[in-house]
Amino acid sequence: MRKAEIITAFVLGLFSLSMMWKSGEGSSWNPDVSRFDNIGFIDGEGPGSGFWPFWLSVIMFICCLWIAYNWYKRTSPPSQSDEPFLDSHGTKLLLVVVGGLIGFLLSIFVIGFYGAIFCFLIYYIKFLGKHRWITTLSISIGIPVFSFFFFDIAMRIILPKGYLEPLFIPLYDIFL
Amino acid sequence: MDILASLFNGILIALEPINLGLAVIGVIVGLFVGAMPGLGSVNGVAILLPFTFVIQGFTGGATSPMIFLASIYYGAMYGGAISSITLGIPGASTAVATVFDGRPLALSGKAHVALVTAALASFIGGTISTVLFTGFAPLLASVALSFGNPEIFSLMLLAFATFVGLGGDDIPKTIFSICVGLALATVGFDIITGEPRLIFFEITGFMHGIRFLVVAIGVYGIGEMLWTINSTRSGPQMAKVDVSMKGIFQAIKDFRFAWRGTLIGSTLGFFVGILPAAGATPGALMSYGVAKLTSKNPEEYGKGSIDGVAAPESANNSASTGAMLPMMTLGIPGSPTTAVLLAGMVIWGLQPGPLLFTNQPEFVWPLIGSFYISNIVAVLLNLSFIPVFLWMLRMPFTILAPVIFVLSLVGTYAAYLDMFDVGLMVLVGLAAFVLRMLDYPLAPAVLAIVLGPIAEPKLRQSLLLSDGDFSIFFTRPIAGPITVIALILIFLPFFKWITNFYRRKA
Repeated sequence: MRKAEIITAFVLGLFSLSMMWKSGEGSSWNPDVSRFDNIGFIDGEGPGSGFWPFWLSVIMFICCLWIAYNWYKRTSPPSQSDEPFLDSHGTKLLLVVVGGLIGFLLSIFVIGFYGAIFCFLIYYIKFLGKHRWITTLSISIGIPVFSFFFFDIAMRIILPKGYLEPLFIPLYDIFL
Repeated sequence: MDILASLFNGILIALEPINLGLAVIGVIVGLFVGAMPGLGSVNGVAILLPFTFVIQGFTGGATSPMIFLASIYYGAMYGGAISSITLGIPGASTAVATVFDGRPLALSGKAHVALVTAALASFIGGTISTVLFTGFAPLLASVALSFGNPEIFSLMLLAFATFVGLGGDDIPKTIFSICVGLALATVGFDIITGEPRLIFFEITGFMHGIRFLVVAIGVYGIGEMLWTINSTRSGPQMAKVDVSMKGIFQAIKDFRFAWRGTLIGSTLGFFVGILPAAGATPGALMSYGVAKLTSKNPEEYGKGSIDGVAAPESANNSASTGAMLPMMTLGIPGSPTTAVLLAGMVIWGLQPGPLLFTNQPEFVWPLIGSFYISNIVAVLLNLSFIPVFLWMLRMPFTILAPVIFVLSLVGTYAAYLDMFDVGLMVLVGLAAFVLRMLDYPLAPAVLAIVLGPIAEPKLRQSLLLSDGDFSIFFTRPIAGPITVIALILIFLPFFKWITNFYRRKA
């Protein structure tokens, strides 16, 4: 936990610096404006476009230094903890859950939302949850079917279908 | 008299079949969401916000969607007690204090007494706070009508300052959380100059800005679920509950021993709920503490005191109504859930703030009327559905979690029809999980991303008015005291740190 605290503070510090750098970008259509011209008060215009995000990022960076100081002094609970950020059980559990979630997200581009929901629910309920096939199939078929009728048919919000698009054309012919 | 007439009309509109139906569905969803460990009112409201567009499309107004979400909020406050008592795990953080006495009561075979006490105390807390809300809201709104840009910015500053001064979390992490929320709210085109800002890696998806729902669903749909999966390893043990009519009626009779805790929770909860950064969780904890402190038998607390269940349960319901007061009258949410409700109001085309009461009475009064109706619906459903909720609590987390993940992804896509937002939502969820593990408070970031688009123009317009002079926030009669209080709250932890430092040295 202690190591994770300082690594996170370091990453967030870098993120704050990059936000400061990006906030200083002027408009691309005005070549006379140089970087960081927009973070102060501009006569007749008031504070520039980078004023608010830049100074917020400065405060964020100072907070990261403060968190690092607390880590060094061991005053915050995570900096005092000798426990690992994730134990072996937690790491394994999260890898399979987060892996499944990312797989779900990526498969939407290939087999669309409904196909991805079906596969993700089978993966999670059957292989992670070790539930019976009857439970698994009733949920993993029921939810995409309900979603299709709710979104595509009732609300006319067409969810992406990827390569499974042709399978849905007869359904549209019937219900729309 | 005007108020009473408006309220009566509001109640009549809230009783229309569509609104009553939505209140019933909302309360049932809320009870379920609140009862499920790991899910609270904010999860329910955030995940279901995209679905309110359908309701708006169907009814044509913003009243019915708001009644639906407010009913979820209420229902969740009732539902939190169910798992606190039967499983010993708070269904939501707002029901943490309910575990202290609710669980011992359940373990001694009196779970039905605790459940009925929680339901009735919630009802009384919710009703008292709604009466207070009805009296206070129009008054506060009329005062707030005189607020200009500096006053509104000062109020926003006060809202964030309370997180720092009273939040109780790690100070630099709280300030970081506020600033990152405010900074991320600036992504996209600057509405004053029209210049693009913070377009990371020149990805065009950032041009439309980071949408509030993406952050809210990411934090509460993905991040919180991952955190719950990691922190709950073994299955909890459920207490036996006597759900016979005789047992329930006896418990209703026994409620007379809980009046003191109920009254303390109902009044204290409301006023704590009004404070930004406070909300229902500190309201419930504080009410429990005060009830114990003022009790003739404080030694009974923690061992199964009925008052110890009534105080936090009435307080969390009361605080949830209290938190609506600054949201509706000033446009400043008092809790993450009200931040989501505020974002919903903006999406439905309303302008939250003092003008809401004068310009949109047809929205405000039916909503207030629905608070009364939702409370009655919630207590009746809660008492009659106790056996059903007990059955549902046995639903394995390995079924609930993937369904929540699916709802989060589908809900985000349905709201904006943009796969970039779905990917960003998952990324925000993963980041939220890491930050949650390291004790970074995330509620301030969620509040900040809602308030950011309001706060920044107010600050810039104020500075334009004063020609860049910050004294405008100190010299105006209303903005001045508010800014000073905000600064005191911001610097309060520093004063404490310095005094502690010198005390240690001495």
